[in-house]
Amino acid sequence: MIDTIVPTPLDVAETVDSTPAGEPKMTARDVRVSYGDKEALKGVDIDIHNDKVTAFIGPSGCGKSTFLRCLNRMNDTIPAARVTGTIELDGENINSPRMDVVHLRARVGMVFQKPNPFPKSIYENVAYGPRIHGLAQGKAELDEIVEKSLRRAGLWDEAKDRLEDSGTALSGGQQQRLCIARAIAVDPEVILMDEPCSALDPIATAKIEELIHALRGRYAIAIVTHNMQQAARVSQCTAFFHLGEMVEYGKTSEIFTNPREQRTQDYITGRYG
Amino acid sequence: MATNGGHTIKAFDDDLDRLRALISEMGGLAEHNIRESMRCLVERDYEGARHIVEEDRKLDALEIETERRAVQLIALRAPMAGDLRDIVAALKISSVVERIGDYAKNIAKRVPLLDDIGNIEPLSLLPEMARIATEMVHDVLTAFVERDAAAALEVIDRDRKVDDFYNSIFRTLLTYMMENPHNITQSTHLLFVAKNVERVGDHATNIAEMVYYAATGNYLGDRPRGSDLLENER
Repeated sequence: MIDTIVPTPLDVAETVDSTPAGEPKMTARDVRVSYGDKEALKGVDIDIHNDKVTAFIGPSGCGKSTFLRCLNRMNDTIPAARVTGTIELDGENINSPRMDVVHLRARVGMVFQKPNPFPKSIYENVAYGPRIHGLAQGKAELDEIVEKSLRRAGLWDEAKDRLEDSGTALSGGQQQRLCIARAIAVDPEVILMDEPCSALDPIATAKIEELIHALRGRYAIAIVTHNMQQAARVSQCTAFFHLGEMVEYGKTSEIFTNPREQRTQDYITGRYG
Repeated sequence: MATNGGHTIKAFDDDLDRLRALISEMGGLAEHNIRESMRCLVERDYEGARHIVEEDRKLDALEIETERRAVQLIALRAPMAGDLRDIVAALKISSVVERIGDYAKNIAKRVPLLDDIGNIEPLSLLPEMARIATEMVHDVLTAFVERDAAAALEVIDRDRKVDDFYNSIFRTLLTYMMENPHNITQSTHLLFVAKNVERVGDHATNIAEMVYYAATGNYLGDRPRGSDLLENER
């Protein structure tokens, strides 16, 4: 009997895919980025949804990281970069002069390729954000945020007895989970990850992927990855970038079995270049 | 995007080519065995029939080799999109072709049992029916190797002819049986032979659907087949 078959995680991924997504958390329309006179992104339209992990894939220099960095205005830090187009977070233009960029980056957190904990204790790494954003009234509440964040990042059991050790003393995979805990600590709405596993071994990578799976639903997540298998494993939506264009955007299950565009097919099957 | 149609990792292309070659080899053997079983039936060649039964072991071995290579490809190369569809299709096609080989074996096994049948009409129809069915197998496997969805659809259209032959043979044999109960045993054997060939056509059609999916990524809709045959058997 078909209807007595217990759904597997794959089936669940399918239903998540096919349910109407509701209002997107972030929308990008005609986003263009130039570095000097070189155009790095040529008009990208994408929606990022609350209950989904969205993966950006493509060869080096395709613009996927540039686009990810637009979503919390990290490109502001590059003087030659010019960003046009509209990016909205809950309908609010993030490039508007009224937008407080420090607040934006708390709402849209980021995890980078190389784990970059502060050269401070594990505790301080996580507590720093909530403290400067005034999210905790006193030590007890801060302790609670630190514990909750470390738990959600899957690091609590390994770190609870050594909270005063330096964050840099942790292994690479633990450092990356510490960085995720640090991003979570300020209670973000969106988490951006820029190749979060490229410096990690397969087991540390699997732990991060499991973590991404556990965080889905609580945060909207966008991840840039060079590892297509990883995109296939962790995401529900995938966007393929090439030469500054967003070539194809769709359900991950379809992109990896039946992509519409020849360029996508060539890239994911390893025929590119 | 700069692509020459091949993978950046050339060994991947070699692996896929080897898999396609295995399917072709299996197809060639299955076709040959069906044709041979027909020849043995018509010419009463018992020795040849025994040989077909032995030949079928080769097909079984090739199926295992195909499966082994396909599983290895999936494990080692992590194929995606069209490559993945090709490999899954190869896996499924190999088991269907092995099945077609079983029909040839089945027909061959009946050859010694049909020694006193005489030159009745179905014996002249069966080789022609088998020729169409084996051509379907040949053409659909060529379509697989060439990833040609249009050629696969064309094969599906031909299954009707095989079905028509089957219905015609069915009625003829029924008449023989009604005329003289003495004919029943032989006619029933021939009917099974005809049914086997008819199934070869159906399997070629199934392979065509797999080829169509591998080549396009889309499933063919449900088409009426098989059940309409039963209507004619009344």
